[in-house]
Amino acid sequence: MTAQIFHDSAADLAPRRSAYLGRLGIYSVLIIWAFICLFPIYWTATTSFKIAPNVMQGAMIPWVDYTPDWKGWRAIGLSPDTIGRDSTVRDEFLKRFGNSAIIALSASVLAVALGTLAAYGLSRFSYKWAWMKNNDISFFFLSQLILPPVVLALPFLVLYREVDLLDSRIGLILLYALSVLPIVIWIMKDQFAGIPMELEEAALVDGLSIWGAFLTIILPIALPGMVAAFILSLVLTWNEYFFAALLTSTHATTLPVMVASQTGSQGISWWSMAAISFAAILPLIVIGIVLERYIIKGMAAGAVK
Amino acid sequence: MSAMSTGDLLHVVTNDNIPEARRRLGRGLIWGSAGLLLLVATLQTLQVLGWRDFGFANWRPTLYAYVGWAIALCWAQVLIRGEAGKRVLFVLPAALFVISLTVFPLLFGLLIAFSDWNLSSPDGRTFNGLDNVRQMWADPFYWNAMLNMVWYTLAIIVEYAIAFGLALMLNAQIRARKFFRVAFLLPLMLSPVAVSWMIGKSMLEVRFGPISRLARWLGWENPAFFGSPEMAKLTIMLMDAWTFIPFMMIMILAGLQAIPKELTEAARVDGATGWKAFWEITFPLMLPVSITAILIRIIFKLKLADIVINVTAGGPGGATDTVTSFIFREYRDRSNVGYGTLLAMVYLVAIIIFMTVLMKFADRYARPRT
Repeated sequence: MTAQIFHDSAADLAPRRSAYLGRLGIYSVLIIWAFICLFPIYWTATTSFKIAPNVMQGAMIPWVDYTPDWKGWRAIGLSPDTIGRDSTVRDEFLKRFGNSAIIALSASVLAVALGTLAAYGLSRFSYKWAWMKNNDISFFFLSQLILPPVVLALPFLVLYREVDLLDSRIGLILLYALSVLPIVIWIMKDQFAGIPMELEEAALVDGLSIWGAFLTIILPIALPGMVAAFILSLVLTWNEYFFAALLTSTHATTLPVMVASQTGSQGISWWSMAAISFAAILPLIVIGIVLERYIIKGMAAGAVK
Repeated sequence: MSAMSTGDLLHVVTNDNIPEARRRLGRGLIWGSAGLLLLVATLQTLQVLGWRDFGFANWRPTLYAYVGWAIALCWAQVLIRGEAGKRVLFVLPAALFVISLTVFPLLFGLLIAFSDWNLSSPDGRTFNGLDNVRQMWADPFYWNAMLNMVWYTLAIIVEYAIAFGLALMLNAQIRARKFFRVAFLLPLMLSPVAVSWMIGKSMLEVRFGPISRLARWLGWENPAFFGSPEMAKLTIMLMDAWTFIPFMMIMILAGLQAIPKELTEAARVDGATGWKAFWEITFPLMLPVSITAILIRIIFKLKLADIVINVTAGGPGGATDTVTSFIFREYRDRSNVGYGTLLAMVYLVAIIIFMTVLMKFADRYARPRT
């Protein structure tokens, strides 16, 4: 071992130290924020395995602070020992879950179908309806975004009563599709703007019709955008509470309404509340983890021009 | 977002030769279905007015006739106008859908707004002129809810700052970026109702909620998150921020990633580092994206209701009420459709004015300064 001849001078070492400190700072903030984001989910998941004394003690870590128990899941009939048996609560839960799934999926499909067509038309052809040109029509669609749900809620309540759509899935599907349509159009317009028009021109020269070119050439290219719009719609419609609370009562009630109606009477049974909440958010957590890049793509659309 | 020029649109030259008979069929479809719609609607109106009972149970027949007319209208476009009609068919369904579901209900809402209508009473609707307006004018809770919306909206500035900071860190050279991105995104995916329960009810529980225990450990003797009006408002703001910060963060992150690397490198060569580089390079470049993100965030904020309805129900004393949650309770408690609709309409007008001014303002400042 020879003595080191060349030393870093103090002036060169200083920035490196501050860079380390900077790294450390960044990572600690990131970890703290990740903790803030994840802790409520963890708390809900663990609470669903607690029994009353554990909740009262504020136990935190399973197997250390308390022994996990299926009590919460038993209350909604989804624990291992009750899963085979009949359970009215579980039937109720599954019915709400089914309603939520059907409504969210149908509304998203409808919105993506209508929105994709409209966005494609607006990005490729020029229209003139009365005084409205393409920009005005686009603005008309996008301006629906600022319409607060409460403005539509009461008129819809009355109208739906008249046409017997109150407490029906189809009624909610229509409204949900309406509420996410501007977002779909926004994302899809961005998507189509990125697809060169020469593609269709070539297809048209080859003898395809406009719709033929759209369906066979453009749509497959625009698929990522459609997936992003679909996932984002799915998230928004699955979580929607306001319309569902106003317009449904027994048949078409969705999961958020069920979660909300659990609180109240005779104290809160924390464990079953936690189990229901966790079951309600679980599909979205899975979607969030698996399809994260589509969600980000969807939300980033229009941000960058 | 961007201005669209009509010059570069896809041009299709077609020579349609549409026989007169086909045109006539198309026109016949439109007018025929419109006539049917008119007929059904008239018959139903007559029944409602009590002239004769045609055996309608509800207004469904009119709805079906309307849907039939809408389909006929779309179909007839192709019959009458050929290729041009097929092009119209891209936008027309969505336009009809939106018009049917917003314009009609809004017009109908205007009608309800000036009437006294208690859904649970058998009297039905009666016009009461400007009574609702007068009642609104004297309703301190409504104006209080409006004022709360101003506070809630102002909280966006802080949310924006946090979101920007997080986006900058995610954009830095870090490991496990994918993990952090997913973790930061998750709050946005959760339903506000579940969030209300998870955080508002469970974690903020005074006796054993983890946040309360943390607060006690930090030296706050009696943590009451919904005790005083200010504290309750702040708690709601924090919960809403928790859900929506990821949204702004992702938009800003997308903007950051679109900044050309050469620009930041050139800045570094010129000696701009850290704070200075951020304020003089990154921030001005990010201005358009920031404004878009903030505008969209404001739009979502103005719809805030779920958390308030489920956690505080507007309390204490209306301190956390949003306009939406206030109208929701107004309807729930008194099933008064007329008054609630008027309040909502006034809110809509206020929003439209506010957003128009804001967008004009933003338009002027969004252009990068040189």
